[in-house]
Amino acid sequence: MAHYKYEPFDYVTPPEVAGGETRQYQVAIIGAGPIGLAAAIDLALHDVPTVVVDDNNVVSVGSRAICWSKRTLEIFDRLGVGERMLEKGVTWKVGRLFHRDHEVYNFDLLPEDGHKMPAFINLQQYYVEQYLVERAREFPDLIDLRFKNKVIAQDLADDGVTLQIETPDGPYSLRADYVIACDGAGSPTRHRMGLRFDGHTFHEQFLIADVDMPESPFKTEHPERWFWFDPPFHNGQSALLHKQPDNIYRIDLQLGPDADAEEEKKEVNVLPRIRAMVGDKPFTLDWVSVYKFTCARLERFVHGRMIFAGDSAHVVSPFGARGGNGGIQDTDNLCWKLAMIIKGDASDALLETYDQERRHGSDENLLNSSRATNFMTPKSQMEAIFRNETLILAETMPFARKLVNSGRLSEPCSLTGHDLQTPAEPDPAGLDPGMSCPDAPVLNQGKESWLLDHLGGRFVLLTIGDVALPDSPVEIDHLSVTTRGSDAGTLEDHRQFVADRYGDVTAYLIRPDQHIAARFEGAVSAAALNEALKRARGQQS
Amino acid sequence: MTNGSTMHLDDRLGADGDDFYHHLMEAHEGLSLEQSQNLNARLVLIMANQIGDIDILKSVLTAAVEAGR
Ligand SMILES: Cc1cc2nc3c(=O)[nH]c(=O)nc-3n(C[C@H](O)[C@H](O)[C@H](O)COP(=O)(O)OP(=O)(O)OC[C@H]3O[C@@H](n4cnc5c(N)ncnc54)[C@H](O)[C@@H]3O)c2cc1C
Repeated sequence: MAHYKYEPFDYVTPPEVAGGETRQYQVAIIGAGPIGLAAAIDLALHDVPTVVVDDNNVVSVGSRAICWSKRTLEIFDRLGVGERMLEKGVTWKVGRLFHRDHEVYNFDLLPEDGHKMPAFINLQQYYVEQYLVERAREFPDLIDLRFKNKVIAQDLADDGVTLQIETPDGPYSLRADYVIACDGAGSPTRHRMGLRFDGHTFHEQFLIADVDMPESPFKTEHPERWFWFDPPFHNGQSALLHKQPDNIYRIDLQLGPDADAEEEKKEVNVLPRIRAMVGDKPFTLDWVSVYKFTCARLERFVHGRMIFAGDSAHVVSPFGARGGNGGIQDTDNLCWKLAMIIKGDASDALLETYDQERRHGSDENLLNSSRATNFMTPKSQMEAIFRNETLILAETMPFARKLVNSGRLSEPCSLTGHDLQTPAEPDPAGLDPGMSCPDAPVLNQGKESWLLDHLGGRFVLLTIGDVALPDSPVEIDHLSVTTRGSDAGTLEDHRQFVADRYGDVTAYLIRPDQHIAARFEGAVSAAALNEALKRARGQQS
Repeated sequence: MTNGSTMHLDDRLGADGDDFYHHLMEAHEGLSLEQSQNLNARLVLIMANQIGDIDILKSVLTAAVEAGR
């Protein structure tokens, strides 16, 4: 299988440099990584034009992120690229955990039926970025993608930001009402603004390699995630094996804190390590890197008109796949809010809720990634003893399996308890405000469809079963799901998944990012709906 | 402490105290220090699951740490 072909994106002289018409932009995005691109597409879907500047002109070199979670796929689906990613990606559900030379246990990630998207797919970051760029290009009037445009300075004012940008044809400045800094883990914007990025760097080093291997190393037909503690082929360390499309396998090998990164990266040293792991199957190296991981975040993500999202705002170790997946949840949370502000439907106060909600999401990711990294890299003899005995117990005792931590895989973040949500009494049959909407199969005028295809992008009143509707009209889209359903605007819950997951005779106010803002039992009054809607739009504190 | 759960510092084993202590020593009998450390680690983990209440576990941990100061 041919290796991925990096096609450089065209550089076009920006109008500011060419002497053509220049304009003031509503939103400028620094960085065309997965997060910046997702933000541009999301804003375009809200009719908000953006200019995206990136200092580079190719997609991510080397695979980097490979595991994309169900929630990310649902967001990508709303952006119009989810199905393409799903089709190309490798779907996996089963993980196996090995200790030394034997399997300790295995798990199935998505045992329940009735979701459009699987728990996870593996897809190289370069494909994700390529698909996002191609999708962005479907909005030529709304997304102005500028490669080889490097931001070198920013000047923040109360009503906007001026960026200084360098291009092969010379410098120019660009003014935008809002700037989203998606310039990655080393964020030059963050550095220039002198913002603290507090956290913890782990001393442990990891060799990360992508290997092109036609013959599967897995014993089963379906690709899986295999993780080893102290395997015979890599004594005392941990190892991870994952399949990506095009017969590329991701291999992570823990190297310890004292390894010489430059030496370890050399092919002569990498090949024997991989051979020890996969045996004498033919393979070639596609990409190799040695990493140390940091878990850190900005104190605040919003600084006046400068907004941080993705790795520029927070970084995590990759165990749990929470970096890219966390960043995509940032833009999902941010873009509808920013669009409302730009259209004059909300004040800057709504941005504060992005800061609040995503700092919470980021803390969850930092906590989980740090704990996984700690479990993998015992700092003392006693930590090593506890880990070892946990692994021994896990062979026979189910409770101990829950303690084994080879990464707590990214889950949708719950926003319960934050300002925009109307609190509700916990209800075991329903979903709490703040949760992201679970998917479910439905029939739309007789045709197979998915609930999430009908939510998102706008506020929706979702009613399930015979809910008494508002006594006076409220300006909001209404989506009704019933077990009969068939008329336009009504979905049929033909397999009862919606009622099972959401409760029957219940109504919800759904945010544009498919999170639940409020729940109503049995009936929705206009007053209650208006109140919840006002609150969810940040128009009341 | 929530859930009305409490850590007990008063005696709960009663007449079985000596019996428990005997079994604990017996479990360690003939083990090297290293093997005993491993056994203790397993014991802590299994007992923690048996207690099954994070608030109690946190107070138990604190109590053990403090007592050793
Ligand atoms: C080994 C490894 C494995 C990983 N595995 C996973 C995984 O399985 N799942 C997952 O979700 N995440 C994973 N991650 C994390 C994931 O790669 C990142 O979270 C993700 O790339 C963040 O995207 P971003 O758009 O914020 O930043 P980036 O992808 O870093 O993009 C930043 C962009 O900004 C541009 N830029 C920088 N400076 C400037 C400037 N001055 N002017 C203009 N443009 C600029 C850069 O060229 C770049 O294109 C992994 C990371 C690593 C290293």
